[in-house]
Amino acid sequence: MEDIRQFVVFKLGEEEYAVDIMQVNTIERMMPITRVPKAPEFVEGVINLRGEIIPVIDLKKRFGLAPSEITADTRIIIVMLEDLTVGMIVDSATEVVQLPHDSIEPPPSVGGSVSSDFLEGVGKIGDRLLIILNLEKILRPGESETRAAM
Amino acid sequence: MDNRYLNVFLEESTEHIENLNSNLLNLEKNPTQEVIEEIFRSAHTLKGMAGTMGFNKISELTHEMENLLQEIRSDKLPVTSSVIDVLLEGVDLIQKMLDNISAEGNEGQVDIAPVVSDLRMFLEGKGEKVSTASNKASDKTEESFNEFEVRIMEEASKKNLKTWEVLVRLNEDCLLKSARAFLVFKALEKFGDIIKTKPHVQDIEDEKFENEFYIYLVTSKSEKEILDAVNSIAEIKSVKVKEIKIDEKTKKSEGAKPSPSAQSAPLPDKTADKAKIKHTTKTLRVDIERLDNLMNLVSELIIIKTRLEEQDRSPEHEQKRREALEYLARITSSLHDAVMKVRMVPIENVFNRFPRVVRDLSKELGKQVNLVIEGAETELDRTIIDEIGDPLIHLVRNAMDHGIEPPAERAGKGKPQEGTLKLKAYHDGNNVVIEVSDDGRGIDFEKVLEKAQSLNMVDKIQGKKLKENEILNFLFASGFSTKEEVTDISGRGVGLDVVKTKIESLGGTIEVKTKKNEGTTFLIRLPLTLAIIQALMVELGKEKYAIPLSSIKEIVIIEKHELRKVQNGEVILLRGNVVPILRLHQVLEIPEGESDGDILTVVIVKKGDREVGLIVDNLLGEQEIVIKSLGNFLKNIKFIAGATILGNGQVALILDINALI
Repeated sequence: MEDIRQFVVFKLGEEEYAVDIMQVNTIERMMPITRVPKAPEFVEGVINLRGEIIPVIDLKKRFGLAPSEITADTRIIIVMLEDLTVGMIVDSATEVVQLPHDSIEPPPSVGGSVSSDFLEGVGKIGDRLLIILNLEKILRPGESETRAAM
Repeated sequence: MDNRYLNVFLEESTEHIENLNSNLLNLEKNPTQEVIEEIFRSAHTLKGMAGTMGFNKISELTHEMENLLQEIRSDKLPVTSSVIDVLLEGVDLIQKMLDNISAEGNEGQVDIAPVVSDLRMFLEGKGEKVSTASNKASDKTEESFNEFEVRIMEEASKKNLKTWEVLVRLNEDCLLKSARAFLVFKALEKFGDIIKTKPHVQDIEDEKFENEFYIYLVTSKSEKEILDAVNSIAEIKSVKVKEIKIDEKTKKSEGAKPSPSAQSAPLPDKTADKAKIKHTTKTLRVDIERLDNLMNLVSELIIIKTRLEEQDRSPEHEQKRREALEYLARITSSLHDAVMKVRMVPIENVFNRFPRVVRDLSKELGKQVNLVIEGAETELDRTIIDEIGDPLIHLVRNAMDHGIEPPAERAGKGKPQEGTLKLKAYHDGNNVVIEVSDDGRGIDFEKVLEKAQSLNMVDKIQGKKLKENEILNFLFASGFSTKEEVTDISGRGVGLDVVKTKIESLGGTIEVKTKKNEGTTFLIRLPLTLAIIQALMVELGKEKYAIPLSSIKEIVIIEKHELRKVQNGEVILLRGNVVPILRLHQVLEIPEGESDGDILTVVIVKKGDREVGLIVDNLLGEQEIVIKSLGNFLKNIKFIAGATILGNGQVALILDINALI
């Protein structure tokens, strides 16, 4: 049993991504976002989530992909990392899957539209490929990167 | 270990430490029986709590302190400054261990042996401390028992059982020391209960001992039976058995016995979860009445909510509905007050540290300083209380180092030799003011100006025209320190500028008043509470921003042609004063362009003496807002002090005026 992890699967464009369900707080529909001036470019702003102010980032911008239209499927996945709570805008959140440990492989060092720094690995279900994200790297940019983004 | 208990332990220990600190200082000035009893109680509770939680070093150290206090209590030892010193040293060590516990879950590598030996030196009547002898003294062992063990012994003696101290020495060439020790344990366990071993049983099993160890055994057997049993085991060199009488525990030991384990020998972590404790949450002790009040208000809110729901919407019930709404508004505002009160803490919690700081510093500096504290009961928001300590310590150190003169110099000026340092807190409208004042030499304007010139902050000609308060402002500039010789206490280049930044980040201001040879006063003005403020809501493009009312001086409407271009930007003339203008649209990168009307709305904001005009599109009116943090992810965003949630659920950002000016 311990060898099975659960993931929330979501889409950015046509590709399927996954985050560990233990890091996901809730999944919200799109809501009004207040822009924060002088924030890094991929930060969309802040939202009011039941009385709490939560920063929201656009995952596609974070990965350097072209932003997409907001549709009825657009979701904000609220994730938590120890002292950080952040919302991530995704094109749609589709399902929760279970993956045994041995079906997760390390990320390919080249190829793919997202820098392998941001990835924890690639999960396989049948012929589907799930790109598993490393939230630490995505949400805690290194010193140099932050400065460049500011 | 249960984190809940740990938190309670830390909280209560901190209180006892504060108690000890202030009462020890009190004892030095005023050695009455009451004070010593109070100290005794704190030390005793601390020992008990630490013992229960398994923090043996704290419990051992407090035990030693208790022994010394006992001597003072029974008038066998006079209260001298050096006795107080060593006791305070002990308190500091305990504080250090508590800090470690809070951070890492264990006492850390704190060596209590030197202090313990100092404490014992006084006990043995050697009087003033001889630091070189400290290591020798720590070799002496006087076995101490915690309350639990004492109780067992007491119970045992009621049943006519005796407690024996069995000292077992193994042959020096003994190979399997722990195995031999195990056999000894086995043999003695048959006789009764082993209540304690030294070193700890875990250490014995791990062979962390030299060639000897102590076992404390409660049994009905005689000395001879014990001796025979142990001697029958191979590779034992010698066995010594001695009866322990309970009342010996507070007496000092008769002779020096070599102790197999140094006091500081680190105990292995027995419980793995000890290491897991990383963070302790912040807690706040609240007067139970305040919470009851909150509870009542909440229940009233629920009642009124049901009443509102029951109302049908027909016009004839309009009157009743309005009444219910008014009632609701009243309760909400009381609830707000009540919640705010829960967050309020008396500034005493911060001021309490200072008697100790002042005592230590006056010794170090060779100055005589009398600390006067006023208004310690004044309450401030917990957030501010947590942050204000360091800036205050800095100011106090400054006053003692730079302000108050050495006794001889004071005598020469006809002042009393003892300087006075005053800490005073009081309410002033919606603010709390904290004053730190000394009756020292005052700030030397000439020197400040000279220094400012040498640092190229101002040139000679301009310098002559500066007013006194403008000169004093240099003190708060970064990298400024007038004292030539840098001491340990203050003046390391980082100084008042840091204090100022801290206070401003709390929404406060700081000013200084000084008079030559009469003294200096630093005045800190802080908002009563951080969480809720009055703000002016403004519109920029389609975005709404809040500007704290406390930093707004006035609002003026001007015509576009009144804007004047100067070298560094735009200014307006306001009653003869030149006020620089900031276009918020540009600063905040507002997506929509500025409205192109002929009439401009300018909000004049101030920070200290400086004023700046902010051009906004629309004024949306005054509002009470609850400040919320942007969180760790966005904590370093320039110009934004936080966020607030508007009536319609949207988020508006709060401008950080200090960063803008």
